[in-house]
Amino acid sequence: MSSDASNHSLGLDVGAAATKAVLLNPDGVLARAVRKSGAHFASAASACLEETTAASGIRLENIQSIVATGYGRRNVDFATTAITEITCHARGCYETFPHAITIVDIGGQDNKVISVTDTGDRRNFKMNRKCAAGTGAFIEEIAGRLDTPIEQLDNLARSATGNLELGSFCTVFAKTELLSLIAHGTPLPEIVKAAFRSVVKRIIEMDPLAGRMVMTGGVIAHNTSIVDLVTEAIGREVLVPKHPQFTGAYGAALLGLES
Amino acid sequence: MADAKVVKIRKIAAAKTMRKLMADHFYELDQAAKEGQPKVAWCTSVGPAELLRAMGFVVYFPENHGAMLGASRIATEAIPAANAIGYSPDACSYMTSDIGAFLQNRTPLSDAYDGITAIPRPDVLVYNTNQCRDVQDWFSWYGDHWKKPVIGISCYRGVGDVTEVHVNGIAGQIEALVDPLEAVSGTKLDIDRLRETVRLSRQCSDLWKEVLETAATRPAPLTFFDSTIHMAPAVVLRGTQLAIDYYNELLAELKTRIADRVAAVESERTRLYWEGMPVWGRLRDLATQFLELQTCVVASTYANSWIFTDLDPADPFRSMARAYTKLFIVRTDPVKERYLSDMIDFFGVDGIVFHDAKTCPNNTNCHHGMPQRIADRLDVPWITISGDLNDLRCYSDEQARTQIEAFAEQLATP
Ligand code: SF4
Repeated sequence: MSSDASNHSLGLDVGAAATKAVLLNPDGVLARAVRKSGAHFASAASACLEETTAASGIRLENIQSIVATGYGRRNVDFATTAITEITCHARGCYETFPHAITIVDIGGQDNKVISVTDTGDRRNFKMNRKCAAGTGAFIEEIAGRLDTPIEQLDNLARSATGNLELGSFCTVFAKTELLSLIAHGTPLPEIVKAAFRSVVKRIIEMDPLAGRMVMTGGVIAHNTSIVDLVTEAIGREVLVPKHPQFTGAYGAALLGLES
Repeated sequence: MADAKVVKIRKIAAAKTMRKLMADHFYELDQAAKEGQPKVAWCTSVGPAELLRAMGFVVYFPENHGAMLGASRIATEAIPAANAIGYSPDACSYMTSDIGAFLQNRTPLSDAYDGITAIPRPDVLVYNTNQCRDVQDWFSWYGDHWKKPVIGISCYRGVGDVTEVHVNGIAGQIEALVDPLEAVSGTKLDIDRLRETVRLSRQCSDLWKEVLETAATRPAPLTFFDSTIHMAPAVVLRGTQLAIDYYNELLAELKTRIADRVAAVESERTRLYWEGMPVWGRLRDLATQFLELQTCVVASTYANSWIFTDLDPADPFRSMARAYTKLFIVRTDPVKERYLSDMIDFFGVDGIVFHDAKTCPNNTNCHHGMPQRIADRLDVPWITISGDLNDLRCYSDEQARTQIEAFAEQLATP
């Protein structure tokens, strides 16, 4: 691949919670942006486009490809094409870890497990069932229930020393369990860690998670203690890309460049 | 993003004949129920329909009505009414939507057919639990309501090889239905009429099989979604000449499509197998999505379930027993997997969609490791779609759409 004035590609991952953008050319990533998706996917995507073009100094007409992915992929009317987040995550992760890998992406609304072969082909994928158990939505609900800012959860979980577990599968039942922990005066860090453990359990029961495992997604970007808990649970190293929240957008941009 | 190309489902001309057949079927039932003659028998979809027909009953299939409730999306509004009287949201949504709609005084029949205001009241309800236990519970509710006899066959489950023990057991149960049915119909069973009905049913089954097998051609002339519509005569009219005439017409049309290389899915590039129940309320959406993806769902266990190659007029009771016990749904996983493996080969399938139907574990085959075993053994990729046959509260359009799209992307990668 060689770089020229117009050889730029933008990947836009319009997720349930956040919209992420990666602008790149064959020499590498030029800019990233993230916005809350909110109720207007198209506006969040436009804001990300503006931010990445402003930060990189690349004009829109010099972007040859705009690939939209994620839940709102069909809402981006300036995109040249739409590709599912499953394909984009696989592509983005394989670029960073060019081996046979099993990717676990914890998204705002769903979890995905994607197996990629050592040649970068997708072998299989699974998404969690209809329920929000184990997803970013669950963590948001927990933060609300505990009346704690979401960005404080990771530090709280890290300060816990106990091994409390939540038994319930269902998000509603899990929240009821939390209530009883609160009623029993359980310290906040222990409750948060128990909720994180519940996320980990939901992931582990999705797949045998064979081979090298990579974790991505906004939940991982902001709550690295979940990676530690997964590492502990599977007894193996878990790889995390430098920008785990941007893997889908990165993959989308790479696919755009290759198209 | 530039608008995706608008695709249209290619219509099958024989559908017009089928609509007339179905209208006649429901008007016949309606009239019989109103006049009290001939007697109306309710029958499960793979129940002993041949026996009932041979004994002069007009036969109504509540599962067919269940599918209509699903396709018309009345189901999702009706199910809560059945939930409220104790029929769980986790129980068969054919049953809950049917009972719920009845409680609400609704039926899609009255929307489709002028003058029909209700489902036909039965004189007898006859089940075969080869589908599941829910059918017996379902029929029992109506039996209690109308004070009508509920009789049936309790089948074997988890059947490996079908043996004489199975056949004798089920044949005995079918024969034992004759006396109570004679008491309701007031006429004696004429064995020659039963043989003739079994002969017609077998002929219908053979033609239906041929219809489905046309999809082995590349490109396939029909899809799974077509078959869910065109299977109706094989379900509700098997054992009649009408069904045979219909499938002759449909088969001729499909053969013409093959000769003219007319594809059900334009520029077909991927071929899938559908394992599990249809999502009735989303048939059109799914059919359209697959069209857009140039992906043809060429075959399904569901539509194949009305192929009864064992029916034999020379031995009506035992051959019915054999045919209704060889059914996929009652077999062991190894038998099911051999069957799927044959289907994958025969239809040239690139991947399998397993539908995990929330309220029908009986027609859901992804709960006990089957997709993984098939993928390991045959190297056939798969996905599981969480959903339901009728209860759209259990179905996420966006999640299903994304999974299907991602699967098509995966399979399209050389
Ligand atoms: S087999 Fe499934 S869909 Fe059919 S009646 Fe039984 S539970 Fe309902």
